[in-house]
Amino acid sequence: MELVILSGKGGTGKTTIVAALAELAKDVIRVDCDVDAPNLYMFYKGKDIEKNGFIGGKKAVINESLCIKCGKCEAVCKFSAIKNFKVNLFDCEGCGACSLVCPQNAIKLTSEKTADTFITKLDKGIISRAEMEIGSDGSGKLVMQLRKNSEKFNDNDKLTLIDGSPGIGCSVIASITGSDAVLVVTEPTKSGLGDLIRVVTLCEHFGVFTMVCINKYDINEEVTSEIENFVNGKGMKLVGKIPYDDTVMKSINELKPITCYKESIAEKAIEDMWSNIKKLCKIDKII
Amino acid sequence: MNIAVLSGKGGTGKTTVSLNLALALKSNYIDCDVEEPNGFLFLKPKIDKTEKVMVEYPLINDNKCTSCGDCVDACQFNALAKVNKDIILFQKLCHGCGTCEIVCKYEAITYKKRETGKIESGKIRDINCSRGILNIGEPMAVPIIRQLLKNLSGDYNLIDCPPGTSCNVVNALKYAEAAILVTEPSEFGLHDLKMAVELVKMYKIPFGIVINKDDGKDNIVKKYCRNEEIKIIGIIPYSKATAILYSKGEILYDEMHHKIIFDKISKEVLLWN
Repeated sequence: MELVILSGKGGTGKTTIVAALAELAKDVIRVDCDVDAPNLYMFYKGKDIEKNGFIGGKKAVINESLCIKCGKCEAVCKFSAIKNFKVNLFDCEGCGACSLVCPQNAIKLTSEKTADTFITKLDKGIISRAEMEIGSDGSGKLVMQLRKNSEKFNDNDKLTLIDGSPGIGCSVIASITGSDAVLVVTEPTKSGLGDLIRVVTLCEHFGVFTMVCINKYDINEEVTSEIENFVNGKGMKLVGKIPYDDTVMKSINELKPITCYKESIAEKAIEDMWSNIKKLCKIDKII
Repeated sequence: MNIAVLSGKGGTGKTTVSLNLALALKSNYIDCDVEEPNGFLFLKPKIDKTEKVMVEYPLINDNKCTSCGDCVDACQFNALAKVNKDIILFQKLCHGCGTCEIVCKYEAITYKKRETGKIESGKIRDINCSRGILNIGEPMAVPIIRQLLKNLSGDYNLIDCPPGTSCNVVNALKYAEAAILVTEPSEFGLHDLKMAVELVKMYKIPFGIVINKDDGKDNIVKKYCRNEEIKIIGIIPYSKATAILYSKGEILYDEMHHKIIFDKISKEVLLWN
């Protein structure tokens, strides 16, 4: 079973919660699909057992010795990526239109490595993750690859926990397509609520079973009840309400999952949430 | 001057810094985080203009199409597929590049447009605000960001960027003449800040760092900035009162204590010009 942790808004606590749930569930596969801000692996001292270059797309390359500067490539490019017979690699989307219109056959599409993917072995289990080249595109494709890379380690129908990206765009769509359930981590702020509504609508659109938890719920109890009303109105399950707790920041800075701090009130709330999730998703049967 | 506000990690305070600084500088505010645009929740401008963002997609004329499959082979985005004897289009994978039309020998392909998002603009307190909104279910934010930023005018434009360091941010940074990186003093914040610094350095534009939720100590972000010789242009201390104001969608700049902080940052920003 694949459980994807999302949030819409960034910084609501996805990674903290994924790390905690992974400890509570014990035998899990971890996939860090937040490829723009890959923080999950920082909790572990693992060993990379696989490393592969990832081809995220193509880029046009002009062979200057063949180019007669006719300008047809510049005219056909819908992304304004060619100026003065030079390709701007940040703008080029690798469609190949330029190479098709070039009368000199001077333009070729070349594969572009946009990331390295890793399987990192931890004390228990593995994490599938990536290090993206700064400024590259194609993160949706990379997310699909990371999920695929993790599959072969899932021999016994284990639980796979996916740490997703903020937002609702291609990388989020790539992480929920074909997954079994989503847990949205939100916070009681106007932004948190607005973004929750958008990400939940996306999950509905894709027909994925969706649960919600409110992190730092006691920061603003008024917005918390607005969120609860929204969740109930949608017929979704609110599986957890986690209080604000300074220990969470401490755990991040000591790079240990919050489950290592048994006195933490946030940790207790996450434990309760985990038993709710287990019941709802019938996870006991899997583990 | 166009100033991009970015962060790497989400939730560090990009929107807070962008819109309060826009108020301090009396500049335009542009919300480029089109997947989750939140700036208007705080500014609440009166929206006086809405325009659609349209992208092109191919339409195949079945009478002319011979199902030769050349378009399928040419499409780099797997947006076209041949199923039995039909060519089918996966609209949301299409980048609207025009390649299929170029390779079609039978002139069977024309282009149509569809809406993937919109741009809203309005005014509040004498500042112009605009934002892009990606329609839910659409994967590609870049066309919205491009349309939003291509006609910037005015002395100062504060561009509230999406999180991360990939294509969405790259497309926003393209229009920037300076950048503000917002971070928080945590291991995660620093890790992602380093990625954002690497990205901004590629553009060779002036940039500075704002530390949000600061703990008042000589923390890891301050040490990093010292070692890398990056200027810290502002510090917003952590306080529960600030967090509560934010949660209610209130504007920090209206409160004297915060006004002083943002006015100070705006003086640093003016030095770039």
